[in-house]
Amino acid sequence: MTALLEVRNVVHEFTVRGVGGLKGGTVHAVSDVSFDLDTGETLGVVGETGSGKSTLARCVVQAPHPKSGSVRFQGTELVGLRGRRLGRARRQMQMVFQDPYGSLNPRWRVTDIVEEPLIGYGDGDAGSRRRRVRDLLDMVGLNPDVYGRRRPRELSGGQCQRVAIARAIALHPALVVCDEPVSSLDVLIQAQVLNLLEQLRTELGLSYLFISHDLALVKQVSDRVAVMHLGQLCEVGPAEALYRSPRHPYTVDLLASVPSLDPNRPPATERAVASGEPPSPMAPPSGCRFRTRCPRAQDLCAAQRPLLRELGPGHLVACHFPEPVEEESGPPTVTGGRARAVA
Amino acid sequence: MSEAVLKVENLRVRFDRGGRRVQAVNGLTYQLRAGRTLAIIGESGSGKTVSSRALMGLLPATATVTGSARLDGVELVGMPEDEMRHHRGADIAMVFQDPTRSLNPTMRVGTQITEAIRAHSPVEPAAAKRRALELLSLVRIADPHRRFHEYPHQLSGGMRQRVMIAIALSSDPKVLIADEATTALDVTTQAQIMELLAELRSRLGTAIILISHDLGLAASYADDVIVMYAGRAVEYAPTRILFAQMRMPYTRALLDAIPRLERASHTRLPVTPGQPPDLIALPPGCTFEPRCARAQPECRDSRPPFVEHEIGHWWACWYPCKDGEPL
Repeated sequence: MTALLEVRNVVHEFTVRGVGGLKGGTVHAVSDVSFDLDTGETLGVVGETGSGKSTLARCVVQAPHPKSGSVRFQGTELVGLRGRRLGRARRQMQMVFQDPYGSLNPRWRVTDIVEEPLIGYGDGDAGSRRRRVRDLLDMVGLNPDVYGRRRPRELSGGQCQRVAIARAIALHPALVVCDEPVSSLDVLIQAQVLNLLEQLRTELGLSYLFISHDLALVKQVSDRVAVMHLGQLCEVGPAEALYRSPRHPYTVDLLASVPSLDPNRPPATERAVASGEPPSPMAPPSGCRFRTRCPRAQDLCAAQRPLLRELGPGHLVACHFPEPVEEESGPPTVTGGRARAVA
Repeated sequence: MSEAVLKVENLRVRFDRGGRRVQAVNGLTYQLRAGRTLAIIGESGSGKTVSSRALMGLLPATATVTGSARLDGVELVGMPEDEMRHHRGADIAMVFQDPTRSLNPTMRVGTQITEAIRAHSPVEPAAAKRRALELLSLVRIADPHRRFHEYPHQLSGGMRQRVMIAIALSSDPKVLIADEATTALDVTTQAQIMELLAELRSRLGTAIILISHDLGLAASYADDVIVMYAGRAVEYAPTRILFAQMRMPYTRALLDAIPRLERASHTRLPVTPGQPPDLIALPPGCTFEPRCARAQPECRDSRPPFVEHEIGHWWACWYPCKDGEPL
């Protein structure tokens, strides 16, 4: 069986101009990233600022095309396709962005915004399109009679994001790429939108590529999780297994840094706090890019880049000296990464 | 028990704009003791930022501030601007969310710190430089002599925020307000900055007000927590008591809606319908009533008072949650 989305060895770099327009350097945003995504599956990509997670999402939808590598969607190679042929090939691939106001045309009405992709792909006549827009707004929980005539600035952030989602699902997509879709929303509204995404996933059989910096959020929505660090995937695995026993030292530090909602647990571990500043993506370290912050690093880590290898069922880790598996003690009362990371 | 350095009583902030009257803060009362960290938690529009800017005298002319805020006995509300200038940055300092926009991009880091030092105390340039280098070490910037001569763009986001903290601490303030100071930072950097603030607090005895939308930050780093909703405090307690015996349905809803590392994937989050009320036309009863799972008819008509129901534990609700009871 072929996967819905096959990403192979994708590389993307940006050239930065220095003083006087001279070539200043190259940002290695995405460096040799490969993964698969199956139909109906959600892959969460988690990483810090500058890890290249947003660039990766954009390379998947070919905006921009990656510098090299391959992106196959529904069996069709997207890299190299242009214009109408690209449009046809990625019709069933849509994107939802972080900024709900910035991603919607402020002068259009809600109905026009949701209808536009239908017009663009020549879907039905005016009457059937209008009915479809009403259905779509109902599906995302917006009453079309109340909200249909409004413009984005007359909506709250959460409502705008619902409009963006209605627009994204208008063409019956198989895959929706979500780049920090709830990061700008307040907690209670965020929960509403997350539940909506979850409901649409089961009702419409959607796959999500879900990008976020928030580890708990990614766990909430994902079947599998990929941890990204300085342009590379350092750990990929089933969500439960990866959070229960993280094997890459970077994943361990990330999990140990999340503030706990339990005041009786000590805040972040000393090791996580001592991990220092991330290196610049313009001059990533040789070998393993995490080695400068890693307490387990040895000479080999500087000499040779660790490749992803399978350490458990579907659990891939790019590390020469992965963390040992924690012994399970008692019932699986998983308490976040903190307790384990002290060990 | 030490005397409070900051006493805020019935603080109100109103904005009048084109005939519309927005009641952003609607009677806020709290006390802050030296060496303690108070978290003020709320969503956008809850009044958490406006209330602390009011203490700093940093609100636009359209704002009307009433009530009282006494810093070591000195009344800040209604203080003329030329007098406020001596206190702001000296006795009470603030660190903002975006360190990039808070620093001058065209000035070296060291110059910005020495300028802040000399604005509040008449010291020689050489002494100011020594103090600036001390401050850079204090906020744990590696190689302070090199960083002193660098520009903000040469520093990472976490380091810029450390510089902002150094500037805020340059005059030994009694109160440091951190307004979403780690929101723009990565989770590992956030942990580093929060640990730094905790360390500085115990070393210098500075009282810290932590303004955030993140209950997790409050749980991990605050001694006391105020939860605000629609311009009012709705629950206030020492952190451990708050998380063990949450009373206010809003606080409970907020805690339940946060995705957690220990929750299984694809589980439905408990949902609170609707949106926060319009601050232009607040309902007469409880402002959370339209969204509250525990609401009864009387909640709509009469507003529950914000009072100390249990020792040290304040809330504003007619039908508070009981221990361990779900919403």
